[in-house]
Amino acid sequence: MEPIIEFKNFCFQYDSQTEPTLLDINLKIYPKERVLIVGPSGSGKSTLAHCINALNPCSRPGKTMGTLKVDGVDPAKAGVFGMSRIVGTVLQDTDGQFIGLTVAEDIAFALENDAVLQESMKRRVDEVSELIEMKPFLKHSPTALSGGQKQRVSMGGVLVDDVKILLFDEPLANLDPSTGKNAISLIEEIGQKRDVTVLIIEHRLEDALYRDVDRIIVVGEGRIVYDGTPADLLCSNILNEQGIREPLYLTAIKHAGCEVSPEDHPESITKMNLSPYRDALRNWYEHTETVPKRIHKNEVLSVSDLCFSYKPEEPVLKNISFTIYEGEMLSLVGKNGAGKTTLSSLILGFIAPTSGEIKLLERDITPLSVKERGEKIGLVMQSPNQMISKPMIRDEVALGLKVRGIPEEEINKRVEKVLKICGLWPFRNWPVGALSFGQKKRVSIASILVLEPKILILDEPTAGQDYRHYTEIMEFLKELNQTMGLTIVMITHDMHLMLEYTDRAIVLSDGELIADDHPAKILTDKEICERAYLKETSLYELSVKCGIEEADSFVERFISFERENRKWADD
Amino acid sequence: MGRRLISYEEKDTWIHRLSGFTKLFFFLLWCVTSALTFDTRVLIVMLIAGVAIFISSKTTWKQVGGVFQAILLFMVLNLLFIFIFSPYEGTGIYGTWTEVCKLPFGVKLTAEQLFYEFNVMLKYFTVVPSVFIFLVTTDPSEFAASLNAIGVPYSIAYSVAITLRYIPDVQDDFSRIRNAQAARGIEMGKKANIFDRIRRTANIIFPLLFSTMERIDTVSNAMELRGFGKKKKRTWYAGKKLSIPDYIVIVSSLLFMIAALLFTWMDGNRFYNPFI
Repeated sequence: MEPIIEFKNFCFQYDSQTEPTLLDINLKIYPKERVLIVGPSGSGKSTLAHCINALNPCSRPGKTMGTLKVDGVDPAKAGVFGMSRIVGTVLQDTDGQFIGLTVAEDIAFALENDAVLQESMKRRVDEVSELIEMKPFLKHSPTALSGGQKQRVSMGGVLVDDVKILLFDEPLANLDPSTGKNAISLIEEIGQKRDVTVLIIEHRLEDALYRDVDRIIVVGEGRIVYDGTPADLLCSNILNEQGIREPLYLTAIKHAGCEVSPEDHPESITKMNLSPYRDALRNWYEHTETVPKRIHKNEVLSVSDLCFSYKPEEPVLKNISFTIYEGEMLSLVGKNGAGKTTLSSLILGFIAPTSGEIKLLERDITPLSVKERGEKIGLVMQSPNQMISKPMIRDEVALGLKVRGIPEEEINKRVEKVLKICGLWPFRNWPVGALSFGQKKRVSIASILVLEPKILILDEPTAGQDYRHYTEIMEFLKELNQTMGLTIVMITHDMHLMLEYTDRAIVLSDGELIADDHPAKILTDKEICERAYLKETSLYELSVKCGIEEADSFVERFISFERENRKWADD
Repeated sequence: MGRRLISYEEKDTWIHRLSGFTKLFFFLLWCVTSALTFDTRVLIVMLIAGVAIFISSKTTWKQVGGVFQAILLFMVLNLLFIFIFSPYEGTGIYGTWTEVCKLPFGVKLTAEQLFYEFNVMLKYFTVVPSVFIFLVTTDPSEFAASLNAIGVPYSIAYSVAITLRYIPDVQDDFSRIRNAQAARGIEMGKKANIFDRIRRTANIIFPLLFSTMERIDTVSNAMELRGFGKKKKRTWYAGKKLSIPDYIVIVSSLLFMIAALLFTWMDGNRFYNPFI
């Protein structure tokens, strides 16, 4: 069979860079294959994908060497428009790529550009909307859709053209865990119905493997470092070397001292043959102790019977009560629209509650202004670009003190201290534009820390970050928590974050607090997971299959073992 | 979420069923006619017709009230300024002098001036219903298609659609950024003086600009990947085909315009003169 995509000794270098991003790529992908491309940020996996749809070099100029053929044509010659008939690309930002004012218009967009007549356009849109199960929503606007529905629409938008290849660029990046799971199933289903070749680029390996793929390609530092079956990859050491997280159940099996063999189907916990590992795991479980929990005594923030609504008949938050203690690291979870952001807005005073009370250090905070609350409760937004307004790092960090009229000398002292804590001291006189995303994130955290808050609230601190950057950011936050005793609340979708770094999770669903417990308990509770659009951890299935009855205790032991033994190969 | 000033509402009236192109065409003709003529009789006919059409579109006060008040205010100011800067415009036009009374500063109020300004007011009232009809009864999805249909290049017409699509998102970004900066102590409230406020606006505008630029980058990639700009022409999913009522409206508004202008210029100029 002829390959549908073929790279031969292919190199690519952006005009804006001094080094090539892709080196010596040799790769063949055959029609109707399902291929997963993984690699850490900056490895070149997105560059590789964008060579296939011709965004490189047509939109982002660069030099190519060697040859690339996609369905018999050279993308660089066919251009983005030419390739759009062969390759349908779904970008990672489901919000940002929604072009039309309504679902129907968005699906029709490619047809409009092809000047297809209205009658046949309407017919095609109807067909496609049925395939993606969005027919009842054709007249809805994007703001009225959930994350999963937006993903369906973006798939619809590329499926209206009879494309031969579907390319998904990090489809899981902005989705909550259970929506992500559904997205992977949908990708498989549509791939089969339409007989297309499917390429998925993702760094969340365990989630992407929720459905079978034929092949995995690992990209590292611009080269292909692995090209083969998922099972063989999972039994090798390549993932570790590249800084890609392996599925948690395999980590657990390895902790128990076992060597995983490819014949046992390690690519899926549901299919995996666990009999060779069962005894070792049980043995490990019985001999591993949990680290005693840290006991926190002093209340920092307490919320009681908090209610909020824009219209009385549609409550957004219903009788929320919880207490946060000094020095805790806590996660606030729930699907989009569950009320997480509303809750943090209430605490920070951007909006006023309908009823209920919020106390900071045992004092009612109702009389405090937003500015006054901001001195005690720091808010760090998801993207540092949403916060940074000064060109120089030092000015940005000093901003919050300057507007408070604090004397110059004191400002310098505090800024210096914070820059050192955040590891930004060497860059203090750099322009912000020269920093990486992770460093910018630190700047945005530093600019809040300088106000010396009691609590730090972070909105999705690790969204869109690969394992290495995720670990970097989280270890930094953990250090702040441990050395400064800073209380940290994280609003998150990331279940790994929840499990590994927080001792407690507050779960919201449709405006109600449905759980306030140890993350290991929550992620092994089917009912709560379903209501909150979380996904049970694969460790749960592992422990059930191994006949360990207290799944939550198994997960807890695994996590504390991990924390004790974490060695991040920081070369 | 801020309330929109003028909001489209889906209703089933003969005006809603018309194509956006027809309504835009009618609106443009109506404006041109009203701008050209100063004939009171024509203006009164246009006013009555405009109000009648407006009523049959079942538009509620809630949809347009705010904007209508703003237009009224602007009109009153306009009329006042005409009087202040050119108190004898009317006598010059109509060629007679009928004094009504004396005003302070030696200014005299004339019936001609009053009649002239009455005509200006009528012009406002003839145009307003046609603007509202276009804005309130045309599905925003159809805007771009109608602009393109009257000859605006589609890339420009589409930028209208994409702006409408992203206004709510940018508004959300704005309030998120403003809130986060307020928590850092950069308040936009009334406490700060005007210079501080201008300076502090920069602390919101720059992050907003950067995050908007990120959006633009994503959406322009998404548009290109789906073939935007590939051909010289493009079709519109939401565009309505012209049907018989559309042709009737287009032809009759054209006929009306011709008749109105002929009638206006029958006596040699654009004014109706009751003073001779």
